Parts: sequence; C-alpha cells; structure tokens
Amino acid sequence: MNVSGWILALGQTALLILLAPLLSGWIKWVKCKFQNRRGPIPWQPYRDLAKLFRKEVVVAQQASPLFRATPYLVFSVTVLASSIVPAFAVGLPTAVIADVIVMVGFFALARFFLCLAGMDLGTAFGGMGASREVTISSLTEPAMLLAIFTLAMTFTSTNLDAMVLYTLTQPFQIYPSFIFAGMSLLLVGVAECGRIPIDNPATHLELTMIHEAMILEYSGRHLALLEWASMLKMLIFGVLICNLFLPWGTALHLEPTAIAIGLLTLGIKLMGLGFVLAASESVLAKMRLFRTPELLSLAFIIALLGMLGHVILEVH
Amino acid sequence: MNFTVLTMAEQIILTLAALMLFTSFLLLAQTRLLTLIHIFALQGALLFATTLVIAFTYGRHHLLISAALTLGLKVFFIPIQLQKLVTRLDIKREVEVVGNPSLIMFGAAALVLFSYYAVLPIRELSMLATRNTIAVSLAIVLLGMLLIISRRKAVVQVVGFMCMENGLMFAAVAATQGMPMVVEMGVALDVLVAAILFGIFFFQIRTEFGTLDVDKLNLLKEVD
Amino acid sequence: MYLQLAHFGVLLALLAAAVSLPIRSISAGARMAFTLLGLSGLVTAVSGCMGMLTGCSLNLILPIGLPWLNSHQHLDPLAGFFLIIVGGVTAIVSLFGPSYIIGSVSDSAAARTLAFFTGLFVAGMYLVILAADAFSFMVAWELMSVASYFLVAHEHHKKENVAAAFIYLLMAQAGGLFILLGYGVLAGFGTGFTFADMQAATLPEHWQHIAFALAFIGFGMKAGIVPLHVWLPQAHPVAPSHISALMSGVMLKVAVYGFIRFCYGLLGTFYWQWGVIILLVGCASALLGILYALMQQDLKRLLAYSSVENIGIIYMGLGLSVLFASNGNPVLAALGLVAALYHCVNHALFKSLLFLGAGALINQSGQHDLNRMGGLMRLMPITAICFLVGCISISALPPFNGFVSEWLTFQTALQGTVLDSGVTKSIIAVAAASLALTGALAAACFVKVFGIAFLGQARHQDTLQAHEVSFGMRASQILLASGCLLLGIFPSAAINSMQTIPTDLLGIGLSQVEAGGWLWLTPISARASSYGAPLVLFGISIAWAGAYLLLHPRRRKTPVRYSPRWDCGFGSLSTRNQYTATSFSQPIRRIFRPVWPIDERIDPPTPAAEGGRYSVHVGDWAWEKLYLPLGRMVQRSAKMVTKIQGGNIRTYLAYSFFTLIIMLWIVI
Repeated sequence: MNVSGWILALGQTALLILLAPLLSGWIKWVKCKFQNRRGPIPWQPYRDLAKLFRKEVVVAQQASPLFRATPYLVFSVTVLASSIVPAFAVGLPTAVIADVIVMVGFFALARFFLCLAGMDLGTAFGGMGASREVTISSLTEPAMLLAIFTLAMTFTSTNLDAMVLYTLTQPFQIYPSFIFAGMSLLLVGVAECGRIPIDNPATHLELTMIHEAMILEYSGRHLALLEWASMLKMLIFGVLICNLFLPWGTALHLEPTAIAIGLLTLGIKLMGLGFVLAASESVLAKMRLFRTPELLSLAFIIALLGMLGHVILEVH
Repeated sequence: MNFTVLTMAEQIILTLAALMLFTSFLLLAQTRLLTLIHIFALQGALLFATTLVIAFTYGRHHLLISAALTLGLKVFFIPIQLQKLVTRLDIKREVEVVGNPSLIMFGAAALVLFSYYAVLPIRELSMLATRNTIAVSLAIVLLGMLLIISRRKAVVQVVGFMCMENGLMFAAVAATQGMPMVVEMGVALDVLVAAILFGIFFFQIRTEFGTLDVDKLNLLKEVD
Repeated sequence: MYLQLAHFGVLLALLAAAVSLPIRSISAGARMAFTLLGLSGLVTAVSGCMGMLTGCSLNLILPIGLPWLNSHQHLDPLAGFFLIIVGGVTAIVSLFGPSYIIGSVSDSAAARTLAFFTGLFVAGMYLVILAADAFSFMVAWELMSVASYFLVAHEHHKKENVAAAFIYLLMAQAGGLFILLGYGVLAGFGTGFTFADMQAATLPEHWQHIAFALAFIGFGMKAGIVPLHVWLPQAHPVAPSHISALMSGVMLKVAVYGFIRFCYGLLGTFYWQWGVIILLVGCASALLGILYALMQQDLKRLLAYSSVENIGIIYMGLGLSVLFASNGNPVLAALGLVAALYHCVNHALFKSLLFLGAGALINQSGQHDLNRMGGLMRLMPITAICFLVGCISISALPPFNGFVSEWLTFQTALQGTVLDSGVTKSIIAVAAASLALTGALAAACFVKVFGIAFLGQARHQDTLQAHEVSFGMRASQILLASGCLLLGIFPSAAINSMQTIPTDLLGIGLSQVEAGGWLWLTPISARASSYGAPLVLFGISIAWAGAYLLLHPRRRKTPVRYSPRWDCGFGSLSTRNQYTATSFSQPIRRIFRPVWPIDERIDPPTPAAEGGRYSVHVGDWAWEKLYLPLGRMVQRSAKMVTKIQGGNIRTYLAYSFFTLIIMLWIVI
C-alpha cells in the first residue's frame, strides 16, 4: 500500500476543498475591478461560510428526511469528485477510483438529489428551479461527453490521470480537436456551474434563477454545505479544464520540489482562468432561459466539430 | 502515419484548417448581419495566414502575392464595402433564418462527415501530409452553399458565395500548394468583380422591391 | 442435470397455473399459485446460474413434439443467464402478487384466470429460453404471447383494455410471423429445424441480410424498438402491476434473448451494416423513448416508454458489439455484448422494482395520474425509498447498477477508434453523445416522477388515504432494490461470472475485467478506464460521515427550528402552487418541440374556471404517421376487395369457374 500517496491524495482533496471559496472570491473580486467597483476582498466567501455555519437552521415543517439529507449527500459526492482530479500531481492512488465519465455521473447524482430537495416542499420556486436545472443539464451532458470523447480518442483513455500524463510525456503537439473540445468544455463548465450567461449566481430575482431557486428553502449549515459544494464544483471544473489542456507544471513524481512547482503552476492557471471568467461575465448578459439551448447546442456543435476534426485531420 | 510525425508547420496548417471550418459554422450560427461580416473577414484572415505559412515553409514565393491579394480583398476591401453597404442600406437588423437553426447546424455537421466520405478516394492520390485538408475545403464550400440556401437576406448570400470561394482557395493552397499564378489572379479578380456587381444589384433590388429579402424575388416569375 | 432442474421449474409454473383453477377462495388461490410460481422461479434461477457458471452447453431431446422433430432443449451460458433474469424476477414478483391480487381483485373468477395465465406466461418464457429448435421455440413463443394477451385483457369490461390487448395481440402475432419466416430462411438453407442444423447452414450473403432483417423486425416488435413500440404504452397501463413488471422487466428481455440467439448463435457472421442499423435504431429508441416518457402523466405509461428507452440502450450495446465483431475485434465485441447483457439484468431489476412501486402507489392512492399524487413519501416511506433506489438506478447514477451498464456501453463506444472507417467512428461518437443525452433526460424524467409522486404536498384527497403496503409487497421491493445496489457495487464480480457467455458465443472472454483487483472494474485495461464502485460508496460514506461529525457538535448550539415554508410574504401556499408533472416538463417540451404531436389548448376564463383552463395532450408520431395511415390503407384496400363480394351467387360461381380454368391452364 502506497501510504505517502494516499496521504498526498487526502491532502490534495483537503486542499481543493479549502481553496474552493478562494476561487469564487477571486472571480468576484476581479469582476468588481472590471466594473469599477471596490468589491469584497477575495476571502470574503470564507467569512460567509463561517457565518452560515454559525447560524441556526430553519427547516420547513413539511420537509421530508430527504430534504435534510441532501446537503450532506451533495457535499460528500462533490468531495469525492474532487479527490479523483489530478490537481497538482499525477499518479495519486485516488485517481483510479473513477474515470471522467464517472465524475460526470457524480455531478449528475448531486444534481438529482438537489432537484428532489427543491421539489420536496411543494413550493413553486423549488419546482421551477428543479425543472430548469434538469433541462439545462440534459443539454450540457451530451456536449460534455462528446468533448470528453474527442479527447479520449487521442488519449485512448478516460482516466483523468492517464489523460494528463499523456500530454505531459508525449512531445508537444497542436491538436486542432483539442481547441474545439476546450471551447466546448468551457461553455459546458459555465453552464454546469450556473454562471453567466446561463444562470446568475448573484441574483435572487425569481424569474431568472435556477440554482438559487432550488436551494431557496435552505439555511444555516445546510445552505453553507450546498454553497461550498457548488464552489467546489466550480473549482473542479477549473482544475479539469486547466490540467487537461495545459497540464504543464503538474508534478510527475511525488517529490517535494515537483509538488511545489505543481502547486504554484496550478495557482497561476486557476487565477488566469478566473480572470478570463470574470472578464467574460462582465461583458456578457444573462441569457433568457429559452435562448440557452442555442448556446448549449453551439457547445455541442463545437464538440462535434472537434470530433470530426480529429477523424478528418488527425488520423492518417 | 501518426499525427506525431508532422512538422510544426503542418500542424499549424491543420489547426488553421479546423479553425476555418469553425468560422464556417459560426457564419451559419450567426444571426446578426454585422457580426456575420466580421466573421467572414476572420475567415479571410485565416486563409491569409494559411497561405503565408505555406509560402514560407515550402518556399513557394508566388503564393505571397496570392496572400497579399487575400489580405487586401477578403480581409479588408470586401468586408468594409459590405459593412458600408449594410450601414447605408440600414439593414443592421437580425437575419431571418429559414428552418430550425439547430437542425441546420446538425445538417452542417453531417455535411462535413459527408465531404470526408466523398474525398476518401481522392485522399489516396495525394502524398502531402496536409492532404486531409481537401475534406475540410469541400466542407467549407458546401457550408457556404448551405448558408446561401438557408438565409433570406441577399447580403448573407454574397457572404455565402465568398465563403465558397474561400473554400476553393483553401483547397488550392493547402492541399496542392497553390495553383498557377494566372488562375489565382483570375479568381481574385472574379471575386472583386462579383462583389462590385452584387453591390450594384443590391441597390437595384432595393429600389425595385424596397427590401433585400430574396424571397421577394419570387414576384418576378411570370406564371402565377 | 441442471437442464432437468429447469424443466422441473417449468413444471412448477404449469402446476401453479393448474392449481389456481379449482380453488374458489381468492386469497388461498393466489397464495397457493404464487408460492408455486415463486418456487419455480427459484429453481429455474438456480439451474440458470449453474448453466452460466459452468459454461458448458447441455442438450436434451424430449420425447414430445412432432413425430419427426422431437422437442430439442438446451441450456448454455446465454440461456442460463436469461433464465436467471426470468426466474429471479418471477420469484421476487411472486412475493408481491398475492397481496396485490387480494387487495385489488374482488371477483374470484377473475383472480383465478389471472393466476392461471400468469403461470402459463412464465412457463412460456422459460420454454422459449430452453428451446433448441425452431418448432419448440415458436410454440413457447406463442404460449408466452397469448398468455400475456389474456393478462393484458384482464379487466375486459373496460373498453380501452380490450383495445390495448387487441393491439398487443396483433403486434405479437405480426412479430411472431416475422420470426417464423426468419427461421424459415435459415432452415431452408440448412438441413433441419434444430438450432444446431441452422447454425451449420451456409447462406448466400443476401439471404443472410434477409434473415437478419426478419429477425430484427420480429424480435424488435416484441422488444419494443422504435417505431415498433406502440403496443408497450398501450398494454402496460392496463395490465395489473405485477404483470407489467413481468412483461416489461422480463418478457422484453426474452425478446432480446431471441435476437441475440438468432444473430450470434444461428447466423454467426456479422456485417458492419447490421451493427450500424442496430446502433442507430437503438439510439432512436433510447432518445425517443425517454422523450416520450418525459411527457407522460400516467405513471405506468411513463414507465412503459422508459422501457423503450432501456431496450434502446441494450440495442446500442449490441450494435457496437456487432460492429466490432464485423471489424475483427472479438474482445471489444465481447465487451459490447456484456454491456448489453448487463443492462438487461439491470433493467429487469429496476423496471420490475418501479412497476411494483407504481402498483403499490396505484393500489393505495387509487390514482394513475402523476398530477393527482404528491407527498406520498411520508405515508409510504419504505415504498418511497425503494422507488427512489429504482429511480436512481434507472437514471444511470453511481453507485447503482444502471450506471455500470451505461458506463460499459460508453467504454465500448470509446473504443470505436480502433475501427478502420472514419464514418463509423463518427457515428459511434454521436451515438455515445446521444446516450449521454438519454441519460440526462432519464434523470430529468425520474426526478419528475419521484418529485411529483412522493415529494411535495398531496394534490388529491384520495392520496391522503394511502398507507404503507403489506409485508409481501414491501419485501419484494426491498429485495429488488438491494439487487440494484449489489449489482452496482460489485460489478466486477458479476461481470466476471458472465465471462462464459462471450466465450461461448464469440470465442473470447474479457480477460481484463479484474486486472487491477476485485475493487476495480477495468473493462479494457487498467490504463484506459477504471471504476471502483465499492470505493465510490466507501468514499461517499466517509465524506458524509466527516461532514456530519464536524457539524454535529454545532447541533446543540444551533438546533433546527421548524417553521412554515417561505411564501414570499403573500400568505398561505396551497397545493396548487406546486409544480405539476406537466409544468415540470414544459421547458423540455418547448425545446424539443417537433418531437411530439402536441395538442395544446388554452380556454378563456369562465365563471367555473377563473383564469381559464390549460390542457395539453401529447400523442405519438408513430401512431399518427405510421400506424393510422397503415390502418386506413388496409381499410381502403378492404373496401376495394368488398367490390368483389357482390353477394350474387352467379358471380361467385363465375369466380370458381375462372379459377378452375386458370388452374387447369397452369397445371397443363
């Protein structure tokens, strides 16, 4: 049994969990700078979470046990998903628990319960959020899978570890299909994490919200767990996109210096990605719900183009 | 043969090919006229870049002239003229699409697959590493035609026509490293003349019908 | 030996049919019949298990049947596998049956016929799987079809039941005819009607295509692929729930068995065109099945459409398998086959579970319509939890079983890169994407089902009367739910024991399944992909426990406060504020608009209904574009034929006269 590997894997998971609020805070901060506002400090989300954990929990009288179990379930599934992502090093023992398709399944499981929790109380908001969430996710999943499929055609693997390792160990190449898969995954990630232009995490306007509508009835530590899980999900998507397309810097061997470099580059990559996201959120407006299928079918078409590009241009 | 044995230049050409195909899809997806013209200019720029790369890597210096022509005509002159036209005629509004946009996109993807299938026998003839771009250029030509069929506004149809021409040029440049100079000059001249003719026609159509919707041309038929 | 055991199971099922007839008391009759049926299921499942695990093929010639063709019987791994499905599900459903019949059937005669035909139906399914010649196969097949017709027509005083049963019978007979012709083609080129003879037959290529097409249509009609699926949503809602469970969970699999036997066992050669056709039809079935399921309000009709979806997924696996086999990749063909088979057993488990749950719901609330249910989780907690397990499994979510088989199908599809043709590669990729779409839509569909039926507030008075069902009904659901969990958590063990099937049919097994240890399922190689299902469950539990323990000390400081729901400050919420099944699926209805024929109506406000009325009816294109025109055409041609039927006796004599002359001319 590879003890140091397991310790590192646990450490990586803990690190991702702890870093997740910072990424959201960073995006919010950069966004405020773009919009000429002062904005909260980047570590504000930690304070928010701490406040929520301290507050009392209000549960509706009509709630079923499912309502109270959901935050824990969503959080733990997301944590498990974070443990299989190669963040700063490849070769961690947790990476073989599941491949990228299983990870998509994890997010789907979390979403399934979140939607059920939204419908549990029988309020209009919960049902509305759940209905919209499943609609959007049913459009994102094919695009995401096709993008993954395109990558897997080159990598001949769906294990995230093996995918990252492939790019790191092979000589440098420009793969046209990767450009498309990357664009598609970015769009999908934006939709999955409920960011502009699909959903607006900052709004509490009834007609536009999706994710917030489902968790409207939650409070206290339940809400904190759900918020944290959604921040973690965004971080996972960020790490995934960074490391699949720009894996350089990730530690190949589990040595202190390599890991330090891996951590540093990961931080830089994530900051860059957050910057891009904040910029795009500043210039884009949220889409009407029934315009989102156009964007998501564009994501699908891009992924499809990537796949066709691979078949036409990269296979001889 | 594996992708890894290609040189950097060839990789770049393939990437540019993929991007050109992507711009064709963007043209199909775009619903705003001005953006459409900008994307068309982008496609021209990509074609220019491809020509440049090939001219330098394979030492085909006559391609430089062709590149310059592409830059001048397709990146600047025609888009700027079209843009002026659009502003002058005050038709900045959204383009009407015939049929379901998503279905058109999927049809376009199927066209790409079809062109791949269609050029499979031709591919065997060429020994160049970039011969796979023939499929892409055929796809760009077909997508240009699809653009013409699926839109109502005459301006878009001009863009579609130019897009087809881009596809042909791309095939000539990328797959066979350029045609004889005379042909290229002729093609460039053709495009220019076509653009000017189209411009004149727009004004005529508009003064006659008060719109640029080509479906209105149905009124010209003699038999009712 | 095991084959005899299986025959003993058949006898028990027949005995169950026989004893039910003379017993007048409903409860005693039902108990007796279902006990015997359950025993037969157990016995058959055990024999099937042995047949699959030992991996050898047993043959037997029974001294019954036609004088020149005694009934050939066999038990090989494939048959054993399907016997496990049929027997296992029958055994569990037998727990559910008695209380259901006692609770919902009041007429002794009806109860007796129900039990009688159930026994015959199950025996028919066993015999189809055991048959080793075309004659026994067809006899058993018809026994299965006709017995299930009587089960569908059970409540024959209702008009729509009779209509549904008639459609079912019609399509079953048409399908049977195609299968018969398929066997006919094989037998025509072979030396006889036994499977061994047919296997030895050498067919010219175009006859192979014809035989394949006949079998594809014939078995597809029973399995319910699009557009041959229309009997499913008609027949399932009207059949008693445990029968729907058997028909949807098991009988469809028997059709899949027939198809696999025909393609892999009897034809034995593969063409890539077949693979593409199976794959594309599978895709279409999966997508359209789930899209139609999403729009249904009737719970059992929804489940029926979802069966179409799952059959589609099974066919996708088979299509991939045939594609790889035709391309000369037997290992990948084996993988596709195993994925399809694994989905067969999974679907049998969770679809039976869901149908039983639906039966319990309908039994208790008296409602078929989702829009009249709600809040049942509090009243029926055990049923709710089992139903939730079924919903998670069918939505292909880890760590339950539905996920494993879809994951395997994805992994098979991902190996499409080894194919030579770029076009098939692209088709496979798009098929995989449509499988993802199917999975996501299935999740949407079952969020809707569970959320509307079990969560929220009661939408109708009757549902408030519901309470937890009897022990037998609960036990059967719990057994099925734990089956879903077990097959989800220990897939590598299950798949390892299924190795014998591809070894028997394709000559090669999956050597890599447990390459990385029993914890990990590695279908191709440890590098390509791995799924450690036990670790996933373990990881989730650890994370859950961690979060819970960390937060638990806070519970004393900040206790949970119960309060009314948030009503936006407008005052009390009524049950009509909730989303309904119709409104839940509205965004999807709008996005995929052309998929359904939708009759949407908004009536202006009237004094009776302030604010107007909104109604939406979702039809089925297959009916409107295929079957109704077909029916009209048949009617038109029938009308033309009536012109010949003048009624005049001299005309008839003239017909005979001319026929005689023509005959004579031909003969001479």
